[in-house]
Amino acid sequence: MESKITLAHGSGGEKYRELVQEIFLPAYSNEYLSPLTDSAILEGGGKIAMTTDSYVVRPLFFPGGDIGSLAVSGTVNDLAVSGALPKYISVGMILEAGLEMDVLKRIVDSISNTAEKAGVKVVTGDTKVVESKSADEIFINTAGVGIFPSGRIIPTQKIEAGDRIIISGCMASHGMAVMNARNNLGFSPPIESDAAPLGKLVDAIFMNENNIIHAMRDPTRGGVAATLCEWVTSTTDIIIYQGSVPVRPDVAAACRLLGLDPLHIANEGIILFSVPEKCADSVLAALRKEEYGKDSAIIGEVREGRGTVSAVTDFGSKIRITMPNGELLPRIC
Amino acid sequence: MKNSIEDLINAIKLLAETMSEVSIMEVCGTHTASIRKYGIPSVLPGNIRLVSGPGCPVCVTSQEDINMALSIADSEKVIFTCFGDMMRVPCGDKSLYSLREAGRDIRIVTSPMDAIDISKTNPEKQVVYFGIGFETTAPHTAALVDEIDKQNINNISVLNSHKTMPQAITHLLKDECRVDALLCPGHVAAITGSDAFSFVPEKLNLPAAIAGFEAYEILAAILSILTMLKTNRKECVNMYPGVVTKSGNLKALELINRVMEPEDAVWRGLGSIPGSGLRFRDRYAGFDATKRFEIPGNKTQEPKGCLCSGILRGENIPTDCGHFGKSCNPHSPMGPCMVSSEGSCFSYYRYRDV
Repeated sequence: MESKITLAHGSGGEKYRELVQEIFLPAYSNEYLSPLTDSAILEGGGKIAMTTDSYVVRPLFFPGGDIGSLAVSGTVNDLAVSGALPKYISVGMILEAGLEMDVLKRIVDSISNTAEKAGVKVVTGDTKVVESKSADEIFINTAGVGIFPSGRIIPTQKIEAGDRIIISGCMASHGMAVMNARNNLGFSPPIESDAAPLGKLVDAIFMNENNIIHAMRDPTRGGVAATLCEWVTSTTDIIIYQGSVPVRPDVAAACRLLGLDPLHIANEGIILFSVPEKCADSVLAALRKEEYGKDSAIIGEVREGRGTVSAVTDFGSKIRITMPNGELLPRIC
Repeated sequence: MKNSIEDLINAIKLLAETMSEVSIMEVCGTHTASIRKYGIPSVLPGNIRLVSGPGCPVCVTSQEDINMALSIADSEKVIFTCFGDMMRVPCGDKSLYSLREAGRDIRIVTSPMDAIDISKTNPEKQVVYFGIGFETTAPHTAALVDEIDKQNINNISVLNSHKTMPQAITHLLKDECRVDALLCPGHVAAITGSDAFSFVPEKLNLPAAIAGFEAYEILAAILSILTMLKTNRKECVNMYPGVVTKSGNLKALELINRVMEPEDAVWRGLGSIPGSGLRFRDRYAGFDATKRFEIPGNKTQEPKGCLCSGILRGENIPTDCGHFGKSCNPHSPMGPCMVSSEGSCFSYYRYRDV
C-alpha cells in the first residue's frame, strides 16, 4: 500500500477498496459493518437518540487524545447526556491528498480503541479524498445512535430551584491541552486532555433507579460557564461555590499564567448534572466509583431567582459568571 | 487562608466606619482583572471605592501604534507576532484578528523569544514582534533585541510600543488629584524595585501600597492604605516583599537600559507624556520595525462617544459610558479597554454586578 493518501483512494475503485479492506475493516470489524451494505441494519426498537458532530481539531494528536478519540467521545457523550445508551456510530472522513497513510492508521486505531471503551460499534462509514489544500489533512464526521433501556426516565433538561449542580471531574483540561499543543506554549510536562467516552458514567447513575437527573450536559466549547448560562431560566439563579470546582493543578497554573478563566475552557471528558437535592449524595457516590468520575464534586446549587449565574468565593465575595466571548486569547503578562 | 481573608475584610470594615469616602486607584491591569475576578468590591464597605487607572498596556496603546501594526502585518512577506490581547483591538474596521482571518500570517506568542525560532524556520520572511507593556515586559523585548544582535539575525525587527509607569502616574495626578491613594503593581515593582514608587508619597503626596495579585494580598494592601490614611501617613509600603525588593531586578534594569532609552510617548486617552516611552538606543535602532517598513499616515479617529479617556484617567467608570454593554461589548469592541482581559471595560463587563 502507498505511504500517502492519493485522489485515487477516494475514487471508489480498486484503491478505495484497498483502503476499506486494509485499514477500516480490520479496525472497526463487527457484524453490522462487515457486510458493507449501503446501510447498516441495526437492532433498536422503542425510542432512540441520534446526534452528529464534525471534528476539525488541530493538532491531530495532542497529549491525552487525538482527532479520532475525540470524534468518538464527543458523539458518544452527546448521546449519553440525552440519557441514552450509546450503541452505534458512523465515521465519515474527508482526507486531503498527501496525508500520510501512517497518520490515517493511527487515527483509525484510536477510533477503534475509543469505540471499544465506549461500548459502541462503528456500523457504517464513508471516505472522500480532496485535492491538496482543499482540506487540512483530515476532517471527521461521526453520527451516533443510542437507545433508551426500558424504564429509563429521560431527563427533561430543565433545572429546578433546589437542584444541586454536580461536575464529574476536573474542568478545563482538554482546552488547555489543545491550546498548549497548538501554540507550542511549552508547559511541561504537557497538559493532558480529559477526552473520554462517558456513556458508562451516565449509565452508572441510572443503575440506582431512585436517582433522578433533571439536566445533564457535556460542557465542551464555552466550558462550564456556557452550560450554566444556557441552563439558567428567568425564574432561577445558579450559584457556584468557587473553591469547590475541581481543576487539575497544572491546568489551573496554565490558566492563571495566560489570564484565562477555567470556567470558560472546553472540556471533552466531564459532565455537568443538575439533580434534586435528595439525590445529590447518591449520584455523587455513583459517579465517584467510575473510572472517569473519581474527581466528581457538588459545585453549586439552583435557587429561585432572576436568571443570573454567579460564583461565591471562599471568603464570601460574589462574582457574575458570563458566557465566554469569541476565541480565548492568552493575555500579555 | 479563608480565615485570614475574613479577618482582613472585618478589619477593613471596622476602619472604614471611622472614615469618609475613600478612592483608591489601581494602576495595573492585572490588579483590575484580579479585583473583578475575586469580587473584591462586593466585600468592601460602600465608602471604599476602587477606580482603575491607565494600567492595561493594551488599552493605552495609541491608535497610531495599532495602525502601524496593522499596516506592517498586512503583507505576505511578513510574519507578525504579538501577545494574544492585541489581536482583536480595533482600528477602524480592521484588527490583527481580521487580517489573520483574511489570510495574513499573524501569530500569538507567549514570549518574544518565540520570534527567533519563527525567523529561523522562515528565513524568506520578515518576522516582526509587537513589543507592548510596561517595565514587566520591556526586559523580555530588550532580551530579544540583544539576542538577535548577538546572533546577527537580519529578518527580525520589533515594533516598539513599550511604556513606563511612573511618568504616566505623575502626569495623570500631579495637577488634579482625584484619588486618595494608589495600589501599585507588584510585577512592575519586581523589576523596578519598590524605591521606584517612592515618588507617589514624595511628589504626589499620596499613600501607596505595592501589592500582589491574590485576594488576600489585595485586601491586605487596601487595609494598609486605609491605616495610612487614618493616621495621615504618606508612604509607599511594600506589601509584596516576597517578590519585590527595594532596588528591583538589576539584571533586567541593566538590559532595558542598555538596549532602550526614554522618549516621549503617546498614550491612548492621555495624550503625549514626556519621557514615558522607551525607544531603542542608536546601536540597536536597526531593529526598529518602523525603520524597515514603509508606514502610511494614520487617519483613524477614536470612536465618537467612547469614554475610554475618562476611564483611563480614573474620572469615569465603564458603566458611565453610553456605549458600554450595548454598541461596545467583547464581541464587537469599540476600543481596547473592552478587548484586553486586563481592560477596565472588559473586566466590568465580564464580572458585572450580581
